[in-house]
Amino acid sequence: MRVVIMGCGRTGAYLAQRLVAEGHQVTVVDKDSGSFARLGANFPGDLVVGTGIDEDVLRRAGIEQADAFIAVTNWDNTNAMAAQVAREIFGVPRVVCRIYDPLREEIYRELGLETICPTIWSAQQIMESLAG
Amino acid sequence: MYIIVVGGGKVGYYLTKSLLEEGHEVLVIEKEARKCARLSEELGANVLEGDGCETALMMEAGMNRAQMVIAVTGDDEDNLAVCQIAKHKFHVPRTTARLNNPRNERIFRKLGVDVTVSSTELILSQIERGLPARSLVHLLTLRSVGVSFVEVEIPSDSPALGRPLKALGIPDDSILALVIRDDQALVPYGDTVLQPGDQVIAVTSEASEGTLRRILYGVTV
Repeated sequence: MRVVIMGCGRTGAYLAQRLVAEGHQVTVVDKDSGSFARLGANFPGDLVVGTGIDEDVLRRAGIEQADAFIAVTNWDNTNAMAAQVAREIFGVPRVVCRIYDPLREEIYRELGLETICPTIWSAQQIMESLAG
Repeated sequence: MYIIVVGGGKVGYYLTKSLLEEGHEVLVIEKEARKCARLSEELGANVLEGDGCETALMMEAGMNRAQMVIAVTGDDEDNLAVCQIAKHKFHVPRTTARLNNPRNERIFRKLGVDVTVSSTELILSQIERGLPARSLVHLLTLRSVGVSFVEVEIPSDSPALGRPLKALGIPDDSILALVIRDDQALVPYGDTVLQPGDQVIAVTSEASEGTLRRILYGVTV
């Protein structure tokens, strides 16, 4: 699978390494080249510096051939916009987008995006461990 | 009309001020406390501090009764989020976004933002206006219906001179709405004959722009 990951923070970098280990072809996009250090020295994927809400940057990252696009920067609005560009403009088959704000996550889910809300998810896990 | 402006930079400030002067009820939302303090000095209670993309703050701002939302922050992703949330969560009838990158127009339009304004595009159209190049000057484009209001200055070698409008073969989906001649506005009819120097305001479909240009300007290079 060809995967483009936007945002090379802890989640993006960890995910990129896992996907590469499973044999997927991964391109990581981040506006700060320094954050690619999280991927380690021998990361075999492609790196692109730039913001994922810019169509030219996404094109450079190979979005037109991508099977999946993952938006995991720290900014909800950036993730939501990039995910919608990937889906609406480039027709990427699988698009996943992280949104921290639960209310905003609900809205974008209603608008048809595949969203992940770590806030709800971790609260849920904590609730469960308290209950157990 | 109740209008919410998101983003209290220079654009947001002057916009809010002008809208207030026109008698609208306006609230400007700005994230930075420092900017808010400065805005409040002039705009008083019409300023709300906070993140305009937060649904809770939008509720506090009375987004559900706003007739128009204008997002003018310096970040396109924030402007898009404001408009999308306003539209889908609060059913605001009209959303307007400032585009910092004019190339984002396509995605904003696709995602349901009603009006987009790009200063880069405006400057380009002003340059278009100042150049002798014979192109239609776009005054306003209604993207949702594919119709533009364009302005044309009739040149002295226009093939449209000397013949009434009804003989020019103007396409069915174009109409010459107004002719400005010697500082007078005339409503043109089929018998009207254009003169050199006339400013013509036309309403046309995007598809017929080329034909209209040929009729009024002749073959252009």
